[in-house]
Amino acid sequence: MAISLKLNGETHTVEADPGTPLLWVIRDELKLTGTKFGCGVASCGACTVHLDGEPVRSCQTYIEDVEDAEVTTIEKMEEDRIGAAVQQAWLELDVVQCGYCQSGQIMSAVGLLRENATPTAAQVDDYMHGNACRCATYQRIRAGVLRAADILEA
Amino acid sequence: MTTKISRRSFLGTAAAAGAVLYVGATAKGAVAASGTADAMLNPFVKINGNGSVVAVVKHFEKGQGPATGLTSLIAEELGVTMEQIGYEFAPSDAATYNNLLFGPFQGTGGSTAMANSWMQYRTAGANAREMLIKAAAQAWGVDAAALDIQAGQISGAGKSAPLGEFVAAASGFAPSETPRLRDPSEWKIIGNPETRRKDSPIKVNGRAQFAMDVQLDNQMVVMIKRTPQRGGIVAGFDDSAAKEVTGFVMAQVLPTKHGVAVYAENTWAAMQARAALEVEWDLSAAEVRSSQEIKDEIMAALHTAPVYNVNKADHAAVSSAVENAAQTVEKTFYFPLLAHAPMEPLNCTIEQTAEGDIVLHDGAQMPTGPHMAYQQIFGLPPEKIHIKTLLAGGSFGRRATPDADYQVEAGLAFVLTDRTRPVKLVWDREDDIRGGYYRPAVGHKVRVGLDESGKIVGWEHQVAGQSIMKGTAFEGFAVHDGVDHSSVEGIADSPYVIPGMALGLTDTKKATSVLWWRSVGHTHTAYVMEVMMDMAARAAGHDPVAFRLSYLSGDKDQERKAAVLRLAAEKGNWGGPAAGHVQGIAVHKSFGSYVAEVVEISGSLEGGIQIQKVTAAVDCGIAVNPDVIKAQIEGGIGYGIGHAMRDQITLEGGAIEQSNFPDYEPLRISDIKAIETHIVASPEAPTGIGEPGTPPSAPALANAIAQLDMVVSELPMSEHGVAFA
Repeated sequence: MAISLKLNGETHTVEADPGTPLLWVIRDELKLTGTKFGCGVASCGACTVHLDGEPVRSCQTYIEDVEDAEVTTIEKMEEDRIGAAVQQAWLELDVVQCGYCQSGQIMSAVGLLRENATPTAAQVDDYMHGNACRCATYQRIRAGVLRAADILEA
Repeated sequence: MTTKISRRSFLGTAAAAGAVLYVGATAKGAVAASGTADAMLNPFVKINGNGSVVAVVKHFEKGQGPATGLTSLIAEELGVTMEQIGYEFAPSDAATYNNLLFGPFQGTGGSTAMANSWMQYRTAGANAREMLIKAAAQAWGVDAAALDIQAGQISGAGKSAPLGEFVAAASGFAPSETPRLRDPSEWKIIGNPETRRKDSPIKVNGRAQFAMDVQLDNQMVVMIKRTPQRGGIVAGFDDSAAKEVTGFVMAQVLPTKHGVAVYAENTWAAMQARAALEVEWDLSAAEVRSSQEIKDEIMAALHTAPVYNVNKADHAAVSSAVENAAQTVEKTFYFPLLAHAPMEPLNCTIEQTAEGDIVLHDGAQMPTGPHMAYQQIFGLPPEKIHIKTLLAGGSFGRRATPDADYQVEAGLAFVLTDRTRPVKLVWDREDDIRGGYYRPAVGHKVRVGLDESGKIVGWEHQVAGQSIMKGTAFEGFAVHDGVDHSSVEGIADSPYVIPGMALGLTDTKKATSVLWWRSVGHTHTAYVMEVMMDMAARAAGHDPVAFRLSYLSGDKDQERKAAVLRLAAEKGNWGGPAAGHVQGIAVHKSFGSYVAEVVEISGSLEGGIQIQKVTAAVDCGIAVNPDVIKAQIEGGIGYGIGHAMRDQITLEGGAIEQSNFPDYEPLRISDIKAIETHIVASPEAPTGIGEPGTPPSAPALANAIAQLDMVVSELPMSEHGVAFA
């Protein structure tokens, strides 16, 4: 079926069966590959995107459920005030290693800072718990979120 | 991979590397103007027509840092800033881009990327510098000795110009075999903690291209429905339900019969169609054992005489010394199979060009493996096969298999098509967890005898487990006198000076394919050595640090290990934990590097333990990129501790029981509250850093838990009496 989708501010019409995860529409149909496939069961967070500004796991979000929503991916984050601050913090601290999970980490971090501008380390741990990083860059992720909060406060 | 790097062989290979440098000399016309040709000053230094410098990186980037590290070496010697240099991955060409420690083989492993490239890349950068200076000196009619390159500018003798102006002329000179390497006092990049990763910007904005991101025109996606038990083969299949899936193309039995290849227009269709495919399996030759049977075999082997006397010890004499000692401590250990589970599931894409060449797009850890395999599969000469290396989303050893497993699978699946469409092989997480190449299951049995003063008088150590190297192409490299060194590394070559050690080894039957897993044999040998050291120290009534130091006097090897132990103890406030906390310590040498770690925990066995802090000290020789080194230690600790806490791969009736992250739970952000890493300043040549942070992490945690009166001798800890908060 033809589904209309608002992605990063543009409206696209895609041909996809109902039940198709948003992840695969973004990656395979719209060719935006910053959003990653890690587990397919919402257990790693590599596929995190924003749905009307809220982080969701795109591997468990179905295309028919997002027709009227705004979908935002990592590719749009540099234009987002909080997204840009998180990216800057990530660069300052060289958070990434392999980098495969980092799109999802950043999308979650932006979600956290949107609802809590001054999180504590414990609140960062709570919020980011579902984003796995097999390289275990966690302490830089934690420091990166706190640094981004500082950047935004300045 | 396991590789011993002695100083002598290191210098030997580095010298040999200098001799193979060549000059491409293909530059045409003037450079430093747009539109001119790229010039290769040597295989590792390319200067684009616009004057920008590119380091050709022969090691793949899985996060461990060679894109930054090898580029740093070129930039330093050539005389450009890190902002003035880019990087690209080398093509598959083992004659030019081989790992100098692997012989004529291009590949990354054994934490050798920096160790084997250190002299080669500095020499390449220095050669490029000297060639450019020579060209400038001729053009200006000045003495080359008066010129240097700094920040991309050739200057001296009252002259100055961007290096790009002399690239064409420089290409005409032969490189020196012994160019002048910059003195450490001149270094601006090497050792600079401010150097940032070259691959960070594209990894924070979604532009990084991993192999999984390859999107070729008209490509198909193929997924494999694999045998549920290793050794099973396809007896037949029914694809009538798969045909109902939109985007399904076809299903074909792989020639190896270990699975059915399901081709589709896109990834989701391939997943759906594969799920709908019905396969009848012939399991008559398949693995049927359970984890318990595998463990029973290993435990039985520990209680009979070892097959190999690894260190040629007089076992009877050591046994007798232990038997007659004033005190004996003993323990039997068991380590389960472990999956690597890199964040990016395995995948690669294959296409055929109009000329009939085969191109593989892959996060290629060992390009020479698939390059050789494809010559057979496609019946092509090596020059008709091309491997494009892309970023890899982690590996931990998994992307390097002696049989190039997933690349071969993609090649076989491609052969079953008409080759008009590129084919992308995609594994999902379930394939990854179950598609097995695992850290072997291993057992150890150790008895240590102590005299009245608490000194070790005998150390009887037996190892039983599955050999990684035997039966593979790497057997000749790593197996000597029947002993697979990777089964006993970290014991057989430990810097500890232990009197009366007898080390025995028995191989057990392979339950499934086994493979190096971040730090290889050290994953279990460090655990056993360091937990036993603590048990012996406690029995002797000595402080664990002081006890270890008493076996670490001798030459530089002992001194370096002792130094990291002292530094970690000092920085980790050893002996002075915060109120309500306890500490454990471990130190281990692997891949030429020395790492000590102090783990501080709070909580209780029943209520749940929280890891508060890990303090590490590392000596990996010259610290080329200190911040990358710290990151690798942080990651190595997380990888070691995360699996020790709660991960294992188990079999029931020959089938893997785990399937995805919910039952193979990764370390999470809240598991370790803080990690602090300290680097020992060293003038020694760089040694490994990707793996050495892992070995001491789990035993340091175990030694902290031992303060709560429980010695954990079987992993994962969560299955053997330890709760985590």
